[in-house]
Amino acid sequence: MVLFLRRIGMRAFKFLAALGRASALWWSAMRWLPRLSELNLLIRQIYNVGYLSLVIVVLSAFSIGAVLALQFYTQLARFGAQEAVGVGLALVLLRELGPVVTALLFAGRAGSALTAEIGLMKTTEQLSSMEMMGVDPLRRIVAPRIWAGIISVPILTAIFNTVAIYGGVVVAIDWLGADAGGFWSGMQDVVDWWEDLAKGMFKSLVFAILVTWVAVFQGYDSEPTAEGMAMSTTRTVVISSVLILASDFLLTLVMYGDF
Amino acid sequence: MGGAIIRLHLTERRQVLTKLSIMSGNLIDIQNLTFRRGERLIFDDLSLSIPRGSITAIMGPSGTGKTTLLKLIGGQEKPEAGQILIDGQDVVRMSRTELLALRKDIGMLFQASALFTDLSVFENVAFPLRVHTSLSEELIRDLVLMKLNAVGLRGARDLMPAELSGGMSRRVALARAIALDPNLIMYDEPFTGQDPIAMGVLVSLIKNLNQALATTSLLVSHDIHETVGIADQIFILADGRVIGSGTPAELRDSDSEMVSQFMHGKPDGPVPFHYPADDYQYDVVAGID
Repeated sequence: MVLFLRRIGMRAFKFLAALGRASALWWSAMRWLPRLSELNLLIRQIYNVGYLSLVIVVLSAFSIGAVLALQFYTQLARFGAQEAVGVGLALVLLRELGPVVTALLFAGRAGSALTAEIGLMKTTEQLSSMEMMGVDPLRRIVAPRIWAGIISVPILTAIFNTVAIYGGVVVAIDWLGADAGGFWSGMQDVVDWWEDLAKGMFKSLVFAILVTWVAVFQGYDSEPTAEGMAMSTTRTVVISSVLILASDFLLTLVMYGDF
Repeated sequence: MGGAIIRLHLTERRQVLTKLSIMSGNLIDIQNLTFRRGERLIFDDLSLSIPRGSITAIMGPSGTGKTTLLKLIGGQEKPEAGQILIDGQDVVRMSRTELLALRKDIGMLFQASALFTDLSVFENVAFPLRVHTSLSEELIRDLVLMKLNAVGLRGARDLMPAELSGGMSRRVALARAIALDPNLIMYDEPFTGQDPIAMGVLVSLIKNLNQALATTSLLVSHDIHETVGIADQIFILADGRVIGSGTPAELRDSDSEMVSQFMHGKPDGPVPFHYPADDYQYDVVAGID
């Protein structure tokens, strides 16, 4: 029993220590806004984490939109309300699926890559040598990557939503023959830019911060061994996925909860 | 008021210290350094000085903290107690910003070369120049080619680090370390894993650079033959202390058993061949319990 308690205590202690290190990393890296001369570093990272994630985001968005439309259509058709597919699709995507799925995809595609990249830089002493050259790696390596994530994820989310709705259009209107007028006008009537669009984008901003923070911290804090790197990349995906889902619930509760 | 006096006192003290170290001709003065990693005591009240313009070698068996010493001098690790004065300034008490500024004057060659793998050879050498100076592109090009020429790799400027052999990447890293003409160059095990030709090249490079740039070189190594050939003075570390110091010739003739074991590469002596263990016979007879 004592041993068990001690183990829990050690775990908690380790967790708090890691949280402290992660906060210190965030503070040291994000204290300054990127300078104009560092713009090229930022653009390169936006290319790496954002642009290169486009393929997976677009593919997933299209198929998720298509599947959703198919499900909605078959259920709604029983009541003769096929046009409501548009509304349902837009609300589900803008409020929940868009931000959440994009962030999950981003964690798998870009988050793990960030961790591996920074971890390997640490293992091969590149970060250390940068420090010895009088260049702060937190500023040069970590900060542009965090900013790139914060900028990219909301844009990717917007793209995800657009493509997913297009996927729904292809299935519901072009294939199954729902009424295009009803589809679009229903969507226009019901979707509110603040309630649905803005709050959804706010979610994606929160997810962006969480995922990139976890990813760069895991890389920076990784054990400089093959095993340590494998653990860190796995941890990045697991921790950020859990954080995305948990914070999504909290955010939904706070933003849409009505009690 | 009181604060001002103390501050004045401190600046004065620093100035005196600076003068002292210039007078004594030492670039680095390490005093009473104690460093612990976890429970293990790495340095125990270590003191040593490195004269300006010399090639000084720190030698000793693996695991005596030679690399750690370089990290302490560069301010990447903090000691438990003691002072590390570079040009009279105490590295231990410097802030992060002060350290980053100090390091512009220090070149370090890492054991793993540590080239930036996403940049070409040219860009690797240009990196410190681009970050720390506002020189024109033309001037940077000239400087980079000069540095690369000094290590014989001007022709390899467009290659990526992954395309280089171990010896070549170490030479590129050396060119990068001297890009800003530092006052101090630290070499972490420069000879490890090099073939005989690359080794010879590195030995003469270190010697020539020290003369041509008029810098101070600090070399950490356990390759006796190469180190003895170029070092002006050698410190041998073991168990967190300096167990021998002097010119290569002095150390070779040293009476100390430990120094002699190290300098002549004897497998057994004060540093035992066996890791501490139970009695051999007992161990074998006891079998698996």
